[in-house]
Amino acid sequence: MKPFGYLRATSVEEAVRAAEGRPGARFLGGGTNLVDLMKLGVERPGLLIDVTRLPLDHIEELPDGGLRIGAMVSNSALAAAAPVRERYAVLSQAVLSGASGQLRNTATTGGNLLQRTRCLYFQDVSKPCNKREPGTGCPAREGIHRDLAVLGHSPHCVATQPSDMAVALAALDATVHLHGPDGDRSVPVTEFHRLPGDHPEQDTVIRPGELITAVQLPPADRGARSRYRKARDRASFAFALASVAAVLDVRDGVVRRAALAFGGLAHRPWRARAAEEVLRDAPATEDTFARAAEAELAAAEPLRDNGFKVPLARNLAVAVLTELAAPPARG
Amino acid sequence: MQPTNQPADAGGARAAGAARSGTGAGTRAGTATAGPARSAEAAAEQSSALVLHVNGTAYELTLDHRTTVLDVLREHLGLTGAKKGCDHGQCGACTVLVDGRRANSCLMLAVAQDGRHITTIEGLAHGERLHPLQEAFVERDALQCGYCTPGQICSAVGVLQEAADGFPSHVTPADAPQGGPVPLTVEEIRERMSGNLCRCGAYPRIVEAVHDVSTDQGVAS
Ligand SMILES: Cc1cc2nc3c(=O)[nH]c(=O)nc-3n(C[C@H](O)[C@H](O)[C@H](O)COP(=O)(O)OP(=O)(O)OC[C@H]3O[C@@H](n4cnc5c(N)ncnc54)[C@H](O)[C@@H]3O)c2cc1C
Ligand code: SF4
Ligand code: FES
Ligand code: FES
Repeated sequence: MKPFGYLRATSVEEAVRAAEGRPGARFLGGGTNLVDLMKLGVERPGLLIDVTRLPLDHIEELPDGGLRIGAMVSNSALAAAAPVRERYAVLSQAVLSGASGQLRNTATTGGNLLQRTRCLYFQDVSKPCNKREPGTGCPAREGIHRDLAVLGHSPHCVATQPSDMAVALAALDATVHLHGPDGDRSVPVTEFHRLPGDHPEQDTVIRPGELITAVQLPPADRGARSRYRKARDRASFAFALASVAAVLDVRDGVVRRAALAFGGLAHRPWRARAAEEVLRDAPATEDTFARAAEAELAAAEPLRDNGFKVPLARNLAVAVLTELAAPPARG
Repeated sequence: MQPTNQPADAGGARAAGAARSGTGAGTRAGTATAGPARSAEAAAEQSSALVLHVNGTAYELTLDHRTTVLDVLREHLGLTGAKKGCDHGQCGACTVLVDGRRANSCLMLAVAQDGRHITTIEGLAHGERLHPLQEAFVERDALQCGYCTPGQICSAVGVLQEAADGFPSHVTPADAPQGGPVPLTVEEIRERMSGNLCRCGAYPRIVEAVHDVSTDQGVAS
């Protein structure tokens, strides 16, 4: 690992000022991804700006009924928070399906959103990779890509975004709050992560030196139920092969509102607008759910070894929607 | 770090020992100044003075920023209980408690933990009296080679506290009552301990040992 400077920021302003004009600076959250990548030589920062002691570690009830989650709230605290469990169950479930208890205690909300792909070539500095070193090529396209994208990939990169939390946030229409050299701005989570296109080195639309300060949830749809389901190679402590976050409101057997997002399939959490189109005002039946999932996944372009993800994602979506449409056992 | 994430008796409880400085190799007693660099210019320094409270003893250390908590424990303080299995957060062998919560010490930079209270396997027993989880691991013979054991036990200490504090897990039913302790079923223990791998496959006995203690403490079911 290359030596680096360290600054513990005591205010958002100080953190952003320290990063300004220093392309080699990185914000340090829990470090569970950044420190890992520094050990691998993928990240070689000259300065770490520790933001973990900023006063951004609270979950705040908003007057409109929404929630504002500080960027430093740990993944464990987020999943355990009463308003999240009660009103945004899909988010609590998504966070709890990721990583391990140890990692969730350390990881932050901001860091989770910005975690990098687990593509093996990206993590191996002895291999070419357009995301790590633009213009060197994408060995995953012909090589090991079983875990990688089936939707929205480009000839330059077929990586997947690994965060479970981000998939739930996409289904919940959450917003990312940023503070940077040019002040504050907000970006919907669904537009925060990019598709790889010609610039796979840019995972998100975050600008140099911008700090994530919070994630905001709109008021929950009180009539809706929500759920996250993840398929993986072992029962726990593994990244998603495919996952589904769904929010469903059914009245008198008809879908009043549905929000659906897939994880593990693309370079960003995949909000399934085509599926939602099919679901809107349709009878809440398994047949509708299958047609909706298929409408979305028609755009899939699987690689040699990851075609299994398409039926897997379809079946997950149908199962989750069917479960949500069934009358609740309790409460 | 996160007030919402601290047990009532976060850290501190075992930190009664008088501050001792300059003990472990690599410490430079007397040179420790107030915390890390306060300006970006000063941040060009590649090492910082800091304090870590380990098993109740305060250590003043000057460390290269690259040093992880795991390396401080093993290489600087001679506490080799926490193990380096993978060094990438994947195995749990390095698990310790930081301000009462379990964490992978291999992914934590020591400088970022300045001022925190760390408990390792060496700090769990009270004199000759083993921690109930240590007792249970012996009683149940919950190990073979023992390499993963310190991490398993520290992780289990964290699990019991998290369950007592009402933290849900992936297998906690969505409609489970909130606010009180989460009953630690065998399924809960298996899920919550999944960040600790055991190459010897001692899992069944590990689950039994944790279940024994959670039953004794009234958080099992
Ligand atoms: C073994 C293992 C298994 C895992 N399994 C899963 C899984 O199944 N599902 C899953 O979703 N995740 C999984 N993870 C990933 C884990 O969730 C992330 O590492 C974690 O959420 C990152 O959060 P952090 O605070 O530690 O980020 P850091 O490592 O501190 O930061 C990550 C990136 O974000 C930047 N950053 C951090 N905070 C901010 C901020 N506020 N503003 C701007 N930039 C910021 C950093 O500069 C860095 O580039 C796993 C990780 C490991 C090691
Ligand atoms: S898929 Fe993306 S991250 Fe993986 S090797 Fe190709 S360019 Fe790199
Ligand atoms: S050594 Fe830290 S998790 Fe393996
Ligand atoms: S007892 Fe050998 S690795 Fe667990």
